[in-house]
This record gives sequence, C-alpha cells and structure tokens, in this order.
Amino acid sequence: MGAVTREQIKSVLWEVLGAIAPEVDLDAVAPDKPFRDQVDIDSFDFLNVVIRLHEKLGVDIPEADYGKLATLASTVDYLAARCGVTDKGRDR
Amino acid sequence: MGAYEFRMPSLGADMEAGTLVEWQVKPGQEVKRGQVVAVVETQKGAIEVEIWESGTVERIVVGPGQKVPVGALLATLTTVGEAPSRPPIAPAAAAPIPTAAPAARPRPAPAAPRARISPAARKLAEELGIDIARVEPGGPDGVVSREDVERAALAMKPAPAAKAAAPEWHAQMRRAIAVAMARSKREIPHYYLGTEIDMTRALTWLEQENAKRPVAERALYAVLLVKAVALALREVPELNGFFTDGEFRPGPGIHVGMAIAMRGGGLVAPAIHDADRKGLNELMADLRDLVTRVRGGRLRSSELTDPTITLTNLGEQGVETVYGVIYPPQVALVGFGKMTERPRVEAGGTSSRRMVNATLAADHRASDGHRGALFLAAVGRLLQEPEKL
Repeated sequence: MGAVTREQIKSVLWEVLGAIAPEVDLDAVAPDKPFRDQVDIDSFDFLNVVIRLHEKLGVDIPEADYGKLATLASTVDYLAARCGVTDKGRDR
Repeated sequence: MGAYEFRMPSLGADMEAGTLVEWQVKPGQEVKRGQVVAVVETQKGAIEVEIWESGTVERIVVGPGQKVPVGALLATLTTVGEAPSRPPIAPAAAAPIPTAAPAARPRPAPAAPRARISPAARKLAEELGIDIARVEPGGPDGVVSREDVERAALAMKPAPAAKAAAPEWHAQMRRAIAVAMARSKREIPHYYLGTEIDMTRALTWLEQENAKRPVAERALYAVLLVKAVALALREVPELNGFFTDGEFRPGPGIHVGMAIAMRGGGLVAPAIHDADRKGLNELMADLRDLVTRVRGGRLRSSELTDPTITLTNLGEQGVETVYGVIYPPQVALVGFGKMTERPRVEAGGTSSRRMVNATLAADHRASDGHRGALFLAAVGRLLQEPEKL
C-alpha cells in the first residue's frame, strides 16, 4: 500500500474489526477506552486483527507493541506512525 | 463386496436429532474414509459429517430438509470389503446416553390425561420450559422420566431449514447446553482441585519465539496450555476418556476439546485431535482453524464427537479461577484463569512472577483426588520447560 491517510487507516481498521464483530457499531465504541472489551474480542480475534492489518497496510506489528493497540484512537495513531502519516487528522 | 449403513451420528451428549441440510455426494459416487459427505444442522450449527468407511454410495435415504433422530439410516454404501477402520472412537464418544431409542418425540396433541410423570421429570420440564403433557414415556413402565423430558427438549424444535434465524439458533444452543450441563451436575460426582502455576518461563520463552516470527506464525500461550495438558494426560490417563455404561473407558487418543465462546452467547468445545503428538506450530494452526470455523464456518462431526477432555481458558475475561462443569460423558475439565503478576518469596528474597490458576474438575467415579493432583502437578512441571513442549 502506498501513501495512506489517517482516514484510510481508520477505514481499514473498521473493515477488519467489522469482519470479526459484524454486530458491533464501531462508531458507537468509545475511541479512548480499550476496544477489546467493548467489541468483545479475545486473543485469537486480536491476533487475526493484527494479521489482517499487516496484510492490508503492510506494516509489521511486533508483539511488544500490542499494548499500543489498546483503544481505537491509539491504534489509529500507532498505525499512522508506522505508515509514515504525519498529519494529525481531525477524523475522530 | 459388502454393505455399509451410514447413519445420523450423535454429535455429543446433547444431540438427539439432526436436520439433513445437503448431500455432498450422490448415488454412484465413490467416497473415502474421513470424507465429508453431508451437512447436518444441529443445535451447534451446521456440521460437516464425515463417513468412516470407503466405498460407493448406493442409495440416499434421507433428503435435504428432513429431520431425523440420531441413528436413523441416511444412506447406504457398497464397500470393497476392508475392515471398518475407525472402530473405537465413534462408538465411545458418539453414544453417550445409553441408547434408549429415540422414543420421546414431542407429540402434536397432549398425551393421555392420566399419564404418569415422575416428580423429577415434572421439575425438569418446568426448568426447561417444556409442556410435560406433550412428553411421551420412553420406558416400558409408562412413566415419563427425566430422560424423556431431556429427549423431548432436544427434539422440540420443528426442524429449522438450512439456517435458523439467530435468536432461534441461540435458543436451541441454550437448550442443548442446559440439557448437557443439567445431566452433568445430576450424574457426575465432581471433585475440584486447583493450583498456581508459574508461567514466567513459558511466557518469556514464547515472547522470544514470537519476536522471531512473522505475525501470521505467532503463537498464543493457549497452545502451551493445550500441549502441557495433553502430555500430562499421558501420565494420568484416567482423566482422558468417557464414563459410559457404568464404567470408565479410556479415550482412543488424547483429543483436547477447546471451549470456544461464540459471539452472542453459547459455546462449543471441538477437538484438537492427538494434541499430545503435535508440535506447537501445528497446534496453533489447528486452534486458529477451529476458532475461525466456530465463529464463521462449519465444524466437522468428528471434532464434536471425539474430545476426550475439555480445556477452558477464561483468563481473558478477567476471572482468576475456573470451576468447571464436565461435559458428559467426558470425565474431566481443565480450567485456566487470568495471568496475573504476583510476588514470590524464595530464599529470603522476593521476585515478581507471572502466575495462572489451573483447576481440575474431575469425575470421582473415574479418578481420585490423588491422581488429579498428580495431573495438575504434571501440567505445572511441563510448563516450566516450554522449549520441550
């Protein structure tokens, strides 16, 4: 994937989580609170999220960084940094 | 040349009937042992049913959309005469309720007004929301028993076609769980043991391993638990198997049933076959495949009938200790709680360790606390040498 925007990263994240938890309205999930509880995903789901993000965005996410993927907001921030997005978008 | 009768399998202690959804073979077609030949709708969703004989399909007896009891003839096969190749597994696991013939179908009209009903049956019917007047007695004495109510509860649903609507499906699954768990608590004299296991070494080792791997090949610590449990069962085999017809029957292999929660409620515990003989990578691949199919696709019949023990890992939900209910006719369930950092005092100093509470719920008819304790100790010991798992 070439240069991406925060908006695109958010859309990929929504797509990946939506595939795992289709019944959840991600726009209703509190962006600054841990999403694993809110979306009810376990470690298998989470690993699948990481794998899908890797496939779609081409970023490697070391296990040591999993803690940075706690909330939707921090996940977008983390992925944006890994993808080299510099603008602090106002999409949230 | 011989003949083989392919029948509706029992896919667990809680199944009495299934609806044939589709055939994946047709008359005249050759089939191989282990091949998926049909899809059957059960309370646990659509299950791919394998056949355990090779040959040529002669006749299809039950068509799509038909609901038939466990044991009903589905199709006939012409075989080439080799010996039946999967003898001990299916019978042991697949006939958990001593086969009291599929008698108690719910009837369209109320039963005779003076049917005799045992108090226990009446109570269970109330618990399960079954109209007792519609339950027929299964035994020769003409008395409606608890077992009759259980069968009626399971057969009550009027054959949902291929895919029941979600709320309906969840209601069916709740009923299946209710029957199996009520039977477990009624029949199995559980004993419970618990211990703390130091996971520090195992987790550190796994983190180092995962750091070397691409994301798609990383393992979760659950596979360490599966492997340690499987190996410990070799040392204490009386926890691995079934209690049927009044006696313990050892499992034909170590097939660990992994309790997997389903989105929206309910759970299934399909088997990871021969878990003691698989490496961690293979176990991880199996586990990912199972979780994916539980949540989105289909399980195979052997995965539901074969587990010889159940493992449940509820740590992610924040609980520290699991007090399990055994899934009959299995004789044990191993539970793991949340990984927590705890202080350990040793040789006058303290250190921080990552610990997990492991518990065993076991059937006292099949084993005693002493053996159960040895099992948990073995699990703890094996987890201290993760590189050997």
